[in-house]
Parts: sequence; C-alpha cells; structure tokens
Amino acid sequence: MNALELLWLIPLLPFAGAAVNGILVRNSQKGLATAVGIGAPGLSLLVALAALWQYSTTRPGETIQQAVYVWTTGGFSVDIAFRLDPLSAVMTFVVTLVGFLIHVYSVGYMGHEPGYRRFFAFMNLFMGAMLLLVLGANYLVMFVGWEGVGLCSYLLIGFYFEEEFPPYAGKKAFVVNRIGDFAFLVGLFALFATFGTLDFAGIEAQVLADPASATAPYVFGFSVAGFVTLCLFIGAVGKSAQIPLYVWLPDAMAGPTPVSALIHAATMVTAGVYMVARSNILYQLAPEISTVVAVVGAATAIFAATIGLAQNDIKKVLAYSTVSQLGYMFLAAGVGAYVAAIFHLATHAFFKALLFLGSGSVIHAMGGEQDMRKMGGLRRHLPWTYRTFLVGTLAISGVPLLAGFFSKDAILAGAWERSPALWAIGLVTAGLTACYMLRAVLMTFFGKFRGTKEQAHHLHESPAVMTVPLGILAVGAVVAGYAGKIPFTHLDWLGGFFAPVIAVIPGHEAQAGHHGLALEALLVSASIAAAGIGLLVAWRIWGRNRGLDGGSAWAARFPRIHHLLENKYFVDEIYDRIVVRPLAAIARACWKVVDILIIDGALHVGAFVTEMTGDLGRFSTTGNVRNYALYFFAGVLILFWWMIF
Amino acid sequence: MSVPIAWYLVLAAALFCIGTVGALTRRNGIAIFLSIELMLNAANLTLAAYSRLLDDRTGQMVVFFALAVAAAEAAVGLALFIAIYRLRRTIDLNRINLLRW
Repeated sequence: MNALELLWLIPLLPFAGAAVNGILVRNSQKGLATAVGIGAPGLSLLVALAALWQYSTTRPGETIQQAVYVWTTGGFSVDIAFRLDPLSAVMTFVVTLVGFLIHVYSVGYMGHEPGYRRFFAFMNLFMGAMLLLVLGANYLVMFVGWEGVGLCSYLLIGFYFEEEFPPYAGKKAFVVNRIGDFAFLVGLFALFATFGTLDFAGIEAQVLADPASATAPYVFGFSVAGFVTLCLFIGAVGKSAQIPLYVWLPDAMAGPTPVSALIHAATMVTAGVYMVARSNILYQLAPEISTVVAVVGAATAIFAATIGLAQNDIKKVLAYSTVSQLGYMFLAAGVGAYVAAIFHLATHAFFKALLFLGSGSVIHAMGGEQDMRKMGGLRRHLPWTYRTFLVGTLAISGVPLLAGFFSKDAILAGAWERSPALWAIGLVTAGLTACYMLRAVLMTFFGKFRGTKEQAHHLHESPAVMTVPLGILAVGAVVAGYAGKIPFTHLDWLGGFFAPVIAVIPGHEAQAGHHGLALEALLVSASIAAAGIGLLVAWRIWGRNRGLDGGSAWAARFPRIHHLLENKYFVDEIYDRIVVRPLAAIARACWKVVDILIIDGALHVGAFVTEMTGDLGRFSTTGNVRNYALYFFAGVLILFWWMIF
Repeated sequence: MSVPIAWYLVLAAALFCIGTVGALTRRNGIAIFLSIELMLNAANLTLAAYSRLLDDRTGQMVVFFALAVAAAEAAVGLALFIAIYRLRRTIDLNRINLLRW
C-alpha cells in the first residue's frame, strides 16, 4: 500500500475521532472515549510515520500534492488539496508525535474530570485542524485549519466553563486572534487578486517566473509582496502571540495543562512561524517586512523573557517562555534563517511540551496548586517529573548537547549575519531564559516544601501513563537537536532536507553565510556563556535551599522593576484603558442610544399607535348582531353609492 | 299585455326595504331570520323579472340555486337558534351578545 496516497487520512482520522467522541459516545462510556480519543491520533500518527518514512526514503525533497475535491463557486475555484514537502513533513511529524504523546498523558491527567469525553473530542478536533493547516496545499485550506485551531483553542481554554475566568480567557484569545485573522484574510484577498490562485506551488511558480510581478507597487506604498507579507505577518502575530497581540497566551493557561502543552506551546502557536516559512518566497522579496518580522520577534523574545523572571505561577512562567521562544523563531524567520526557525520550532515543541506536561504533573500532585511559592522540595516526591523537567529546562536554556542549544545557536548565527544588534538581543534573551527556567526548577523542586500539611501528605508521583510520555519527550528534547546544524561540522540534515522548500529567486540570492571557524567558535562560546551566566545567576539567587528569600531580597532591592515585571509591564491594563474600555463605551452607546432609543423606540411607537387604534375601535364591537347588520347594511350602501357615482 | 318591469322592481324594492327594516329592528332571532329571507326573495324577484325582460334563462337558473341555498341556510339557521335556545332559554338577540368588548 502506498502510504503517500493516504495523506488525507492524517487530518481526517482525528476529525472522525472528534465526531465519534463528540456525538456518539456517552459520558458514562469512559473506556470507549479513551479508546477513540487515543486511537484516532494514534492511527493518524501511524499513517503519518508510514507516509514520512516512504517519503524520506523514496522521494525526499519532492513535492507531493493530492487534490481531494475541487471547490468551485462562481469564477473562483480552489482545490481542497494536501501537500507533502519537507516543510509539511517536519511539521506533520512534530504535530502527530507530540500531539499523540500529550493525548496519552491526558488520559492520566484528565482521568477524574467530568468533561473527559468532551476534552478528547476537542483535542482530536484540534489535531485535525492543525494537520489540515500543516498539510494544506494552498492558503485557503491552511486558513480553514488556521481558524479551526483558533476555535479549538477557544473551546479548550474555556474548558472549565463553570468557573469565571476560563471562559473570559477563551473569549480574549478568540477576539485577539480574530484581529490577526482579519489581516490574514486581507492578505489572502490580495494574493488572489494578484496571482489568481491561492496554491503554494502556483504562486511560487509565478513569482519565480517573474519576480517583478511580486515587487510591483501595490497599495499604501507597499509592493505586492510587501503588502501580502505584512498582512500575513499580522495574522501570524495574532496566532503566534507576538507583540502587540501576545496578551491572550498567558491567560490561555486557564485551560487544562495538556491543552497548554499541545496548543499553547507545541503546535497551534507555531502556526504563524510555519506560515511565514511557507511564504518564504514572498518574504524574501519583501526585505523591509522581513526586518519588521525580525524586530518584532526580537522585541517579543526579550520582553516576554523579562516578564517570565518575575512570575510565580508555574504555568505563567512557561507561557511567557513560550511567547519569548516564538519571538526567537520569528527573529530567525525575519533574518532569513527559515531552516533555523523551523528547527527551533521542532525542538521547542519537544521541550516545551515536556515542560508543560511536567508542570501538569506537579500541579496534579499538588492538588491543583500552581503557585511556585507554595511548592518546593518536590524532587524527592516526584523523581521522574523532576528529572524530565530538568532535562527540558537545560534544553531550553541552551546547555550544550541538548536540543535547544543547537537550534538556538542556528538562530543566533543567522541573526549575527543580518545584524549584531539582533544577535545581542537574542543572546541576552538566551541568558534570561536560562535564568527564569532554572528559577522555576529551584522554586518548584528544591528547598523545603512550602505547601500545606494536607498537600504534603498527598504528594505522589504521577502514574505511568503520564510519566512515560514525559520520558519520551525528554528523549526528544535531547536528540531532536542533532537533526539540524551541528556547530563546527558540516552536518546539517535538516538544512539539506529543507533546501527545496526555501525558494531561490533569481536576482535575490541570499548571501551564502559561511562563517569562518573562529567566528563560529566565538558565537558558540558566547551563547554557552549566556546560558551559563543565566543559570549561575539563578542558582545564586534561588539555589542552595534558600527558598524564596533570595528572590525576595532581589525584589526588595529593585522594588519598582520587580513591580513592573510582576505586573507584566501593565500591558493588560494599558490595553484595557486604550482599547477595551473605549470599545465597551461605544458598545454601551450603541446599546443605550441605537438599540434602546432608536430601534426599541420605533417599535414602541408602532405598538402604541396600534394599541390606541384598537382601544378606540373596540367600542364598535358591541356584541349585538343587529349592530353588525347595520354596519353591514351601511357598507353595502357605501359600496352601492361608490359603484353608481 | 304584460306587467311592466317597473312594477316588479318597485315590489322588489318594497320587499327589500321591509326586510331590511325588520332585520335591523326586530329582537327575535327567528323574526330577523324571516326578514333576511324577505330580502333574499326581493333579490330573487328582481332576477326573475330581468330574466323575463332580457329573455335570458340564466337569471331564473340563478333564482333556483338561490332558493336551494336559502333552504339549506334556513335549516342550518334554525338548528343554530334551537341550539342557542337550549343553552340560553331565549333567542332575544339583545341578550345574546357574547362577542363584545
């Protein structure tokens, strides 16, 4: 059997799982819900692995495209088609593998939740939408998946809908995402208007044949490529939580922890990075927008990292870490290092999923407590969680020989080529990342336990169904890095594999960046030093069983900075003042004036007139038949008179 | 020598007026009913007269239909009045005024 012809099965299986779990299975049939909820992504993983194996062994680098259905309306026709090329292959691998592991983990984590079946239905729906996004062969299919993951994000953030905050957070995520989606859609319109197709291959062929068509002036002083890429990037900013639309992601932690791991770390938020890499041919032709991408990415990276330093909620730390790492990926994409961006995306998916699931294991053991100030000393009680979490921390910190080291290094090398300033920001961010992540480890797993007696009594390692996925992800967090560029060698499997995806445009060839060995050594040692300094600082402040004292002392020394960081630079408050409240005021004006006064008023006037005429007219209905006969007779006379004269 | 059309029409008009006044003034349901029959027959008479004048049988056909319908109507009307009488012990229409404001 040719697995490459079964591409459509990869997204379809999770969709089917969602439908079965959502419609047919009952809440009481927990075993069945588990079987469907795990089975669908599991089968999808198997199909994906078979297809990827066949792809990489028989037709590596080629583009395989399958149209399932042609959707035509009016003069507009789009293939519902799937595309397998190196980029979607890597994404599919990451999404199905990490997604499946998180599903397995959820069996343990969500085991006691009443919404168990609903949870798996939504998770499967999400997997399907994400795979649709990744495997789609044109922007329209991608957009369907794009909206699908947004919807699932809303559903899963608001999973605990009977509480107050989660539905609010879900709504916030949805609304903020819509802002980006709107721009995305405008970008698609512009693309279709210019090229007459939304197909990746079709657009690429046209641009390669005539690059001038894409650089021709368009609107607002932008070229076609510039306008389209700007719109697409605004879409990515919303979906991938960059400045200024990142505010939804930290609040999204209101969802169950596996959701945070799957959607808000490993897959959905990376859709923006994937989309930029997918559109790299256009970004290459719009250098000014690429610069914007890089600057926004770098700014987000360092901005979120500083906030992460002062958060006390373990999931909030990881959330800001995610925002920061996504900024890293955009930095890479903006400087043209698309391979490095996707490389970091893949390694980040492993270690961030690992970190989130580890935090979930901790929260599970603590009976729902997320405040790290009430944890401490957990490494004795949760040995496996501790070990895997530590691996994830070291990986994200960029400790040599772990995954994050390689991918971060690739990004920093790319940034150096473009601009040493961007490189410096990336380097500082790397140090901050190492610092706040080790801080989280020290506060959670070291020192004395600071929770209640009851919590201490209940502390337990999570069941195997949760720790085994942690272990597998930990392995991934170590080995995933060896797929990419390995410093000081010419080994770069991912770069070679990706070569066909990165368009080479005549007249716009990128400068081949071959560093000398000395420069490479300098860059690598700088990033190692940054990670080392970050880890060392964290150890000096929070380590050696100091508990919270070290941190409090520093907070006391810089109260204003700490206040600013702890409150996330008051960005939510600023948005509240300049966006949310004015909007609410406009909405209230519409409600009070337009709705109540004008619309309701007109209705009330109509009702009043009707009522008054009725009140006056009802006196004619006396109930006496002879009166009615008189009316009738009068009517006949009038008719008669009218007919004659 | 035939009766002039005007005589028929004057008679019909007189019958119709009597019927109208009766229908509007009487309180007894049956009397009103009879008045209406009177008006109906005034119309029938007019039809028959014109039929004769214009030498067209259609008018007389219509009269037969009208008579048949009036008979059926009379049966239904009487049944209604009997039903009302059983219920209210009267057919004085001044006292049967349920459909009022």
